[in-house]
Amino acid sequence: MDELELRLDHRLRSFRLSLALGLGRETLALVGPSGAGKSSVLRAIAGLLRPDEGRVALGAETWLDTARGIDLPPERRRVGLVFQEYALFPHLDVRANVGFGGRARVDELLERFRIGHLAAARPAALSGGERQRVALARALARDPAVLLLDEPLSALDAHTRSSVRGELAELLRELALPAIVVTHDFDDAAALADRVGVLVEGEILQAGSAAELLAAPRDAFVASFTGANLLPGNARPGPDGLTEVVLDGGRSVFSTDGGSGRVGVAVYPWEVAVGPTTAGDSALNHLTEVVRSVVPLGNRVRVGLGSLTAEVTAASVERLGLVPGTSVVASFKATAARLVPLA
Amino acid sequence: MSRAFGLVLAVTAALALAFLLLPVLAIFLRIPPGDLVGQLGNRAAVDALLVTLKTSAVANALILLVGTPAAYALATRRFRGRALVVTALELPLVLPPAVAGIGLIAAFGRFGLLGGTLSALGLEIAFTQVAVVLAVTFVASPFYVRAALTAFEGLDPTLVAAARTLGAGPARTFFRVALPLAAPGLGAGWALSFARGVGEFGATIMFAGSLQGVTQTLSLAIYEQFDLDFDVALAIGAELVVVSAAVLLVVKLVPAWTSSSSGSTTVFAPSASR
Repeated sequence: MDELELRLDHRLRSFRLSLALGLGRETLALVGPSGAGKSSVLRAIAGLLRPDEGRVALGAETWLDTARGIDLPPERRRVGLVFQEYALFPHLDVRANVGFGGRARVDELLERFRIGHLAAARPAALSGGERQRVALARALARDPAVLLLDEPLSALDAHTRSSVRGELAELLRELALPAIVVTHDFDDAAALADRVGVLVEGEILQAGSAAELLAAPRDAFVASFTGANLLPGNARPGPDGLTEVVLDGGRSVFSTDGGSGRVGVAVYPWEVAVGPTTAGDSALNHLTEVVRSVVPLGNRVRVGLGSLTAEVTAASVERLGLVPGTSVVASFKATAARLVPLA
Repeated sequence: MSRAFGLVLAVTAALALAFLLLPVLAIFLRIPPGDLVGQLGNRAAVDALLVTLKTSAVANALILLVGTPAAYALATRRFRGRALVVTALELPLVLPPAVAGIGLIAAFGRFGLLGGTLSALGLEIAFTQVAVVLAVTFVASPFYVRAALTAFEGLDPTLVAAARTLGAGPARTFFRVALPLAAPGLGAGWALSFARGVGEFGATIMFAGSLQGVTQTLSLAIYEQFDLDFDVALAIGAELVVVSAAVLLVVKLVPAWTSSSSGSTTVFAPSASR
């Protein structure tokens, strides 16, 4: 089983890119804000960027080892890299693009990616989704041992994006190669990857499955990145072993997490219930808020409240008559209130 | 006020156009077209055409074969003093032709910098066709190299990177990706450099002389025939106007043609799901 081993240390403009990871036959998503060094990691693996120090190896093959003076050029590393804007050759038709890296499997790949009917077309004549499929086929034509995808969905419109996301997830499962997907979208990462690494300013802040990251965000950045509401406040011991957080503004909420001092209360929108009055349920935390916005999102509706956002069903919106200006009570359990340290 | 200004603009534009076109038209209007074509059969005109074709062919082959990889190297590599190197390559563009001529003599002439070495090898360059080739290459190549540099610098670096990750070494990347994508820019630069080379006069007459059938190019022949037979000079002039106009047309048309073909207008049916 060829495992990709990676250790990098590289000075970027305003911070150091510094990480180490091992990757078996699984997909890792590197997520993080723009400029966090995500693409640089891919470029270093592919041989397009030479890090100040580091080692990249696939099983027994060493591609880079700065200590031993090994640095194989990109063409000698068995890597398939799909670029953010796909980087298709504009002067070559689809068949020649796919065949650039290796002719043996061209017909099979054209069919596999349903682009056979486009074989004679130039990239300029293709739609975003078609370009993406050509780019994937081209990267796979070389029979790579490692697959690297740089923002594979960001060049697509919202409609194409969700269907391509499903196809891509299926493809990655099927290939079972060490694969790294760079994205700034947590939902994409959760859909495509077995593991998610949050890269901020050159370092992996937290790594784990998408579910693990959601269940226990390590800090405020990971919490807000995974889509949580973040309510800042000060923590102190409360009754029954709970932690009481006095939010900025004076209201109090309770959490089952331990914490003290300056903290953020992270609550996911789908864990926030909305009602006309304090409901007689087990939720311990109740915040009276005014509805600011009501935005449908697929089969859910995002309800923007003063200090947080809730996600409810369209039926609930109807039943409760939620329109901007309505006064409501937002409730969530103490177990849903995760505490993260705030600087 | 605005009407008066509009009038000024129209008059100056007409004046500029008339002034620039008049000498060109005069070449064709002074004697009947039949006579003009007839004069091209003149021995001196034929010799000059052959010398020009031969020396231009060699000079342009040199410019393309050396200039293209050199420009690619300069465009894709970053090193200290690069800006200085690029500027030095452009110097011949602004150099007066007489300076180019004296410089070539000082470098390659019998008593020049390399003259001794060349003599020892049995090579005499001054006043031979080799001298014409050197003069043309010296004044014309910067036009090509500068355009090629711009064309290669304009390449999307991710396309080059993509070629490398797809298994192409630097040479294959150059031939399969960089060269075809830079081709419109290279073509335009080459056309300008070709035109400049055909028109070369000052450096050639100083370094190579004007010997009919040996070093006398079309441009030099015009100057000589102007004293001997004005009609022949006119005919050669007309010949060069046609060549120059053709070059200009190529420069204007090549980018438009390639962009329309690479932007392939073919529209395919949207990919139907199976």
